[in-house]
Amino acid sequence: MKRLLLLEDGTVFEGEGFGSSNVSTGELVFTTGMTGYQEEISDPSFNGQIIVFTYPLIGNTGINRDDFESIEPSCHGVVVRELARRPSNWRSSVSLDEYLKQKDIPGIKGIDTRMLTKKIREKGTLKACIINGETDPAHALDQLKATVMSSKLVAEVSTTKPYPNPGLGKNVVVVDFGLKHSVLRELSRYQCQVTVVPYNTSAEDILNLAPDGVLLSNGPGNPENVPEALPLIQGIQGKVPLFGICLGHQLFALANGATAYKLPFGHRGSNHPVRDLETKTIDFTSQNHSYAISAQSLENTDLVVTHLEINDGSIEGLKHKTDPAFSVQFHPDAAPGPHDGQHVIGKFIKLMDTWKETSDAKKNRY
Amino acid sequence: MPRRTDIKKIMVIGSGPIVIGQAAEFDYAGTQACLSLKEDGYEVVLVNSNPATIMTDKEIADKVYIEPITEEFVSRIIRKERPDALLPTLGGQTGLNMAMTLAKSGVLDEYQVELLGTKLSAIDKAEDRDLFKQLMEELEQPIPESTIVNTVEQAIEFSEKIGFPLIVRPAFTLGGTGGGMCHNLTELTEITSNGLKLSPATQCLVERSIAGYKEIEYEVMRDSADNAIVVCNMENFDPVGIHTGDSIVYAPSQTLTDVEHQMLRDASLKIIRALEIEGGCNVQLALDPESFNYYVIEVNPRVSRSSALASKATGYPIAKLAAKIAVGLTLDEIRNPVTETTFAVFEPTLDYVVAKIPRWPFDKFEKGERHLGTQMKATGEVMAIGRNLAEATLKAVRSLELGTTHLKLTETVEASEEKLRDKIIRAQDDRIFYLAEALRRGYTVEELFDMTKIDLLFLDCLEFIVEIEKELAENSFNLVTLKKAKIYGFSDKTIAELWSTTEEKVRKLRLENDLKPVYKMVDSCAAEFESKTPYFYSTYDFENESRPSGKPSILVLGSGPIRIGQGVEFDYATVHSVKAIQQLGYEAIVINNNPETVSTDFSISDKLYFDPLTFEDVMNVVDLEQLKGVIVQFGGQTAINLADSLDKAGVPIIGTNIDDLDLAENRDLFEQALKDLNIPQPLGDTATSVSEAVQIAETIGYPVLVRPSYVLGGRAMEIVDNQADLMSYMKEAVKASPEHPVLIDRYLIGKECEVDAICDGKDVLIPGIMEHIERAGVHSGDSIAVYPPQTLSPKIIETIIDYTKRLALGLRCYGMMNIQYVIHKDEVYVIEVNPRASRTVPFLSKVTGIPMAQVATKTILGNSLADQGYESGLYHNSPLVHVKAPVFSFAKLQSVDTYLGPEMKSTGEVMGTDKTLEKALYKAFEASNMNLPHHGSILFTIADETKEESIDIAKRFANIGFKLFATEGTAEFLTKAGLYVETVAKINKNGKNVLDIIREGTVQVVVNTMDKSRQTNSDGFMIRRESVEHGVPLFTSLDTINAVLKVIESQQFLLESL
Repeated sequence: MKRLLLLEDGTVFEGEGFGSSNVSTGELVFTTGMTGYQEEISDPSFNGQIIVFTYPLIGNTGINRDDFESIEPSCHGVVVRELARRPSNWRSSVSLDEYLKQKDIPGIKGIDTRMLTKKIREKGTLKACIINGETDPAHALDQLKATVMSSKLVAEVSTTKPYPNPGLGKNVVVVDFGLKHSVLRELSRYQCQVTVVPYNTSAEDILNLAPDGVLLSNGPGNPENVPEALPLIQGIQGKVPLFGICLGHQLFALANGATAYKLPFGHRGSNHPVRDLETKTIDFTSQNHSYAISAQSLENTDLVVTHLEINDGSIEGLKHKTDPAFSVQFHPDAAPGPHDGQHVIGKFIKLMDTWKETSDAKKNRY
Repeated sequence: MPRRTDIKKIMVIGSGPIVIGQAAEFDYAGTQACLSLKEDGYEVVLVNSNPATIMTDKEIADKVYIEPITEEFVSRIIRKERPDALLPTLGGQTGLNMAMTLAKSGVLDEYQVELLGTKLSAIDKAEDRDLFKQLMEELEQPIPESTIVNTVEQAIEFSEKIGFPLIVRPAFTLGGTGGGMCHNLTELTEITSNGLKLSPATQCLVERSIAGYKEIEYEVMRDSADNAIVVCNMENFDPVGIHTGDSIVYAPSQTLTDVEHQMLRDASLKIIRALEIEGGCNVQLALDPESFNYYVIEVNPRVSRSSALASKATGYPIAKLAAKIAVGLTLDEIRNPVTETTFAVFEPTLDYVVAKIPRWPFDKFEKGERHLGTQMKATGEVMAIGRNLAEATLKAVRSLELGTTHLKLTETVEASEEKLRDKIIRAQDDRIFYLAEALRRGYTVEELFDMTKIDLLFLDCLEFIVEIEKELAENSFNLVTLKKAKIYGFSDKTIAELWSTTEEKVRKLRLENDLKPVYKMVDSCAAEFESKTPYFYSTYDFENESRPSGKPSILVLGSGPIRIGQGVEFDYATVHSVKAIQQLGYEAIVINNNPETVSTDFSISDKLYFDPLTFEDVMNVVDLEQLKGVIVQFGGQTAINLADSLDKAGVPIIGTNIDDLDLAENRDLFEQALKDLNIPQPLGDTATSVSEAVQIAETIGYPVLVRPSYVLGGRAMEIVDNQADLMSYMKEAVKASPEHPVLIDRYLIGKECEVDAICDGKDVLIPGIMEHIERAGVHSGDSIAVYPPQTLSPKIIETIIDYTKRLALGLRCYGMMNIQYVIHKDEVYVIEVNPRASRTVPFLSKVTGIPMAQVATKTILGNSLADQGYESGLYHNSPLVHVKAPVFSFAKLQSVDTYLGPEMKSTGEVMGTDKTLEKALYKAFEASNMNLPHHGSILFTIADETKEESIDIAKRFANIGFKLFATEGTAEFLTKAGLYVETVAKINKNGKNVLDIIREGTVQVVVNTMDKSRQTNSDGFMIRRESVEHGVPLFTSLDTINAVLKVIESQQFLLESL
């Protein structure tokens, strides 16, 4: 079935449809990982976006029951060069095509994804839509230009009610801005007793859960569109250990007076080298974000840069000078991507330990 | 950490001659490393015995020693040069082993030479079975359970512990002869007891079988700051069981989820960190296709064949960076040479798929054992890049130059059902062709999976190709189908066959409809960052990224995969030609498909197209670029074969005119030209049928030399002594027809000489004359060549110079040419003229100091020899004696007859240089690992026609104290001649026979000559194989053994009684 990928600059790519036959609009972004399409498609951070895979062969390993990052994928489309005819992997249960049909997400194949990637690299992230082959592109372009992208991306994917993920260890509250399952998977390695709460929960409600620590999750879009999160963070910071991932990192920075800016085409992929400024080690990290924290904006804050991206020097990690709070821009939970950064989760666990010790000691003193 | 300043002089050890398992990839790695070290200001001392490499050019290192890579010679060089450090990880296993030897013998300590890159302990841990096992246990990395047994009971005990299937490998037998897979106790008992009998040590290795697992490789790098990266991972098409060098390989891995990939990535990084390697490392893993279970198969603590492939597949130059890491730099300090905008601490990400297919020598060794297993047999490989699996696969298939542009061979079409099944189940080199054929015959991918355990994804790719074939056949001249076929890698020629039309018509239709490939850049980052790499591949997609620069440019065609007859020498010439083009201010563009070589390093040329060398693929580049012309004379027969069709398509060929190429290559025209020039050649004629052949042979007289026209490396060439043999040759070896005539020449016994010449149309420069040790009849590539000639009279030399000049001018050669002469009864005859660069170009360039390929390139681009400062005639001789000796890979190729004849059999070459011929020969023998004994025993089995000649040699051996052994007839003959000879029984006789004394090491040298009749299954064949398999030096030409004897004699003191 002939389908078109139309870009807001008027470029039209002709391809063949797969997955759902819906018409769909979204922000066009590219990701460079060669494996992990199942994780990425189901990653809520892609909410509202049409994902271009730079690796040309997608669907080779099908879709399995284990590797999802959310139950309901929320990306708005999938663009590939070549879709596998016949997936092959022992865990595969359905093909990517079938899965996207089930989840009502359109895909388009046969696209010169390298050309598209270069366009995004040069022009920045673009609005785009996947439409039927017979549609008049001129008309569709007018519509596309007029489309305003959602500013409620977090609200769309966050849980609306708290729910527990029981464990026998530390009590961790996870604020869901678009939580990936891998974050919970990592916490479960440490037997954490987790409560996931909606993004708009109040600080008071969180503190009432008496957490050993709070994790600000990853999520989609611009941190400035989540103003609710700032009082939440400000209300708990200093009272319990705090750890932010990706969007959670950006919100943590904003809550402390920093500002964010939009990267020209974002970081999406599994090969971003990040230097830990304290240990001097370099980790290859999994990333998925359009925005970054401005280094200049940190000047009058109590935040210290802990991690930097090697290639563009952007900020990849922050910590508070005095409060037990830190954050990373990359995904220490990987999935997909290298496990190099996993130790950061361990750091959060350790922070909770030391905080408990010192606060217990304080209590004993009084 | 900045680079080290406490070391100044670094020694690099190369990998020596090209043999199976160690090919041009180390020329590429070594060249990169030396240049990289020089770039950082170090003084580089290089040792390598292989003259056919770019690495041994004097521009590459500060001091280049073309000397044997043996403890004796490398120690001498260390004593002389006193390097501060030694970099051993870029010269393959040879370099690594030599470093180990030098370290263990104390030489490195004595002269305070530091080992860079990989610690000795790490090499030990990776190479020593037990230490490796121990390390993997410490790291909690699984390896297949194994044990060594001396009895069947021990094997059974082991099976009770770990279960079946098991693999039994008898110790110390070639290629694991006698071993096998056991699925139950009965099989285990039978195979083990048989294996114990076969093993000279009565020992077998019993191991858990992981055959059928996915074979995955990781190329990893680490620096002194413990930064570690994965450059590339690769997945073998063929599951575990076939050597990775013999496997079709895809990069990146195709059937792994991210979870599986990250699990294996973690394992690989854990291993390189534990080994504390500073540089590159290769980790091979086996992954269960049905679970997360995996095993570590092997770790190579050095740059390897796979790292050359990974470098070309990603653009990331592993060897270059490994050298920088070795001198202390860390990955985050080095710029990524591909993007130049990012750093080397980067894991490349691809936006294409790469296919590698090995190139095997079985077109030359028809009787060789073709089954693939744990012993690598391929001599070279091709790589292709595409945007889908089918495209990459089909581009690789047509790069192989197997006489097909598609997954189809005449044999596969004609194969019986039984043969087809056997070819699929017991993998041989051509399995992929049979898999495609099976799908055409209706086998399902599931059936094929059951037979092969090849992943369904790969089999589906083949099925898809077969489906497109059908679609094409049913839709002649349909544009939609055509476009689809092009996207999935079909060549015009294949489409033409399916449409029963001509390639030309398909091409025309394609161009009329603007169906042309685009070129995409290899940039290591999937276009995330802007790059300027001049490295492209063709694909049928939308946007073209390769733009002509506007500068006048010249295209040089490479020589494709390394195979017997067309080795690294041609890559050497290609690279030099590129240099000369650039020196004259033109842009040099290269097309080649060999991932191992220097010419496919994108930093060598102004633009590299990594594409097949076919008319279609070359024309696509020609159509895109504004070329001044194409140079074909350096890419061996591969490039020359394209000249005609390119010329017909109107492409300017720079160098010898196409019609004039025919003067040398076309039999009749050549004969006429020689007649006109009044230069003698052995009598001969062209036959197009068996009866014609017989008639010609009768006219000119036996023995005759027979061969198909247009040959490469003497393929299917033979000396035939009588009519019966001639007829069987004509029927079996070649199928003569008017399109494929067979050449029949009188075989003249005599000394053979070889000349390379450069002609500018007026002057003819002869850099040197090489004299062969072996008389005519042994292929020139298998002969020992000596420069300058040692036994030729001034008159003969004058004649050769005269003939060479007249031939060059008379055949209107421009640029390089190569002529072979035979001197028969003091007369010089021309045997062959090749109007192109030959395999002696690097050797002769090195010994004369004339950069021949560069001079020739400049010549054909309009700079006369006089302009370049060269006079017509023979260049002055070097004061030293230089010997080029062939190196063979027979030990790796079962059932291949090692007898030297007109068919080329060697895979590589070494050079020995010294003041006398004997010393130079000694070095050449040492360098080719032929350990000549100074005393001991020698076995003679001599054919009747050379018995007389052998007496003198036998006498001289006896004179210096060798004990003589001989088979019955020979013994009788030598005894009659007054020698004391111990007679050994022939094969199949009771008691100790000739094979036993070879196997048991009673004799240290074997001389075996063969009657000119064809007799593969003869005793001689078994004697020769036995020698090769037990590492006993074997000589099949009395000329060679005579040279050896001279060397041994020259090292003896006179022992004469009063």
